[in-house]
Amino acid sequence: MNNFLLLPIIIPFFFGMFLIFNQKRLAYQRIITMLGLILAIICALSLVYKVYLDGPQTVTFGSWPAPFGITMVSDMVSALLVTTTLVLAFFIVWYGFESIGKERERFFYYPGVMFIITGVNGAFTTGDIFNLFVFFEVLLMASYLLIVLGGEKAQLRESIKYILVNVLSSALFVITVAFLYSVVGTLSMADISLKIAEIKQPGIITVIAVMFLMVFGMKAAIFPLYFWLPSAYSAPPIPVLALFGALLTKVGVYAIMRTYTLFFTHDLAYTHELLLILSIITIIAGCIGALAHFDVKQIIIYNIVIAVGVILFGVAQMNQIGLEGAMFYLVHDMIIKAALFMLIGLVIYVTGTTNLRKMGGLMKTYPALGWFYLIAAFGLAGVPPLSGFVGKLLIVQGGFQAGNIWTSLLLLASSLVVLLSVMRIFIYAFWGEQGQVSNQVNKKVYNRMFFPTMLLVFISILYGVGTEWLTPLMEDAAKILIEPSIYTDAVMKGGN
Amino acid sequence: MKTNDVILQFTAKIVFFMIFFYAVHIFFAGHYTPGGGFVGGLVTASAIVLLIIAFDIKTVQSIIPINYIYLVAVGLIIAGATAAFSMFMGKPFFTHYFDYFYLPLLGKTSLHTAALFDLGVYLVVVGVTMTIIQTIGEDE
Repeated sequence: MNNFLLLPIIIPFFFGMFLIFNQKRLAYQRIITMLGLILAIICALSLVYKVYLDGPQTVTFGSWPAPFGITMVSDMVSALLVTTTLVLAFFIVWYGFESIGKERERFFYYPGVMFIITGVNGAFTTGDIFNLFVFFEVLLMASYLLIVLGGEKAQLRESIKYILVNVLSSALFVITVAFLYSVVGTLSMADISLKIAEIKQPGIITVIAVMFLMVFGMKAAIFPLYFWLPSAYSAPPIPVLALFGALLTKVGVYAIMRTYTLFFTHDLAYTHELLLILSIITIIAGCIGALAHFDVKQIIIYNIVIAVGVILFGVAQMNQIGLEGAMFYLVHDMIIKAALFMLIGLVIYVTGTTNLRKMGGLMKTYPALGWFYLIAAFGLAGVPPLSGFVGKLLIVQGGFQAGNIWTSLLLLASSLVVLLSVMRIFIYAFWGEQGQVSNQVNKKVYNRMFFPTMLLVFISILYGVGTEWLTPLMEDAAKILIEPSIYTDAVMKGGN
Repeated sequence: MKTNDVILQFTAKIVFFMIFFYAVHIFFAGHYTPGGGFVGGLVTASAIVLLIIAFDIKTVQSIIPINYIYLVAVGLIIAGATAAFSMFMGKPFFTHYFDYFYLPLLGKTSLHTAALFDLGVYLVVVGVTMTIIQTIGEDE
């Protein structure tokens, strides 16, 4: 029993509630938000340290015994993701001070951010499949607010689609959980894992596995289900887009990762083969999209789809190295996507357009922006020693080990397409003749937006260079994923 | 044309209190029998809606001068604080406490912290429902 692991979830929750008051006072809103995020980051970091020393931490709500109450489990996987979420939220909120707009700040933007973080962190931490649904709803409710906030025409149009898609997938989620419950008779994830191992995963469980893949795949934007993502994500302003792009799809990826390593591990030839095929098609579809567009937002948004494919490819290998790579790449991708969205937000700010064809020659006027964009772009594509390298290396190594030679090579080739797609932004926007320039650029505002972006790019560089120090943590995370018994023991025997 | 709603207004004034006390009854019944904060909140909200129908939003706003969005926040804080209280006692989150007390008039009564949590739920439900209804009702 350890309540400490709840702090990264309930600190944003309580601060979000206090932010509902005093909507019109910006100073109060901003200071309280930053204070809450810093507090939560400190708690999350010490949680990572504690999990590293003592193994997975658990707490079952209301002093109920383990499989009956709702258990929250903080293992290395969730502790790392929770920490990353909070750090990114901190930088995105900081960046948003100048770019989100005062109207939005005065209308529940900050409570929305805090509640979305509550939901995301809760989904990463929970050890109960129905509670996972609840936290999904918490983050979706907050995301409905953030996507429609501002009420521009495009936002209203896209939020209708977004809400429809998510209501549909939430309904399917409950139905799937009900199916699973009717077969195994429990909702605790550790207990489900044990029960499925006992009955050796008959056909009906495999069907449920595929249904879960559909549910989470819709959130994570895997191949046939990513149709809603590019248009929905292009509607909200950049800070909200960065928050969504960095966090929301990753919750779906995490959920697939968790269910496919903890529950459905007895019919790999079917479930994980399916996951492998879908992840490869996802990568290809994302590559096509990223190359086809001349809109900077769309290019980066399609890169989200590619990254989801890459991570799930690592999960589908179902070996220690592949999963370690997937963890490395998951955290990398969260950081680098947030950084890239913030960078292109700056590009859009100084040019006043999202169309690549109209941009040009920014290198002369904004050299620092150009260089930082270049670093982030190389990091995304996985140029050593930047952050994407190790993750992809381990994923491909895992692919070779599992005997998927051709698909692994395809994955490597996709890195080139990723590099090409982001370099196109660099070439069009930063090289060449002077293109369109916005006449509303305020140097002070620009600097205030650039500073947090710069720090985040530095963090991504550190993440790449400091791989050596992070490896023990990632190995720990991969071990939990590959050996469900560590997870189930921690829940069933821990505490109480 | 001026509609004649004397009867509606007169009845609403009385029925409002009947509904409200019924909501209180349901709220306290909630622990061992069907009821609780959620239903109680909905019933209370329906009582306020009845007033809005009988009079109009502005009048009701001056009778009950509450910012319903703040009501939601207060409710969330009460519910969250009740759940978090046990963390300070070294027990898992959401652990509730109860005991039997001898109160004047009521006699032996069981007091349960779950009722505080339910009070939070009640306020949230009233706040959310009324916010929705007001937002829709304000549009002309």
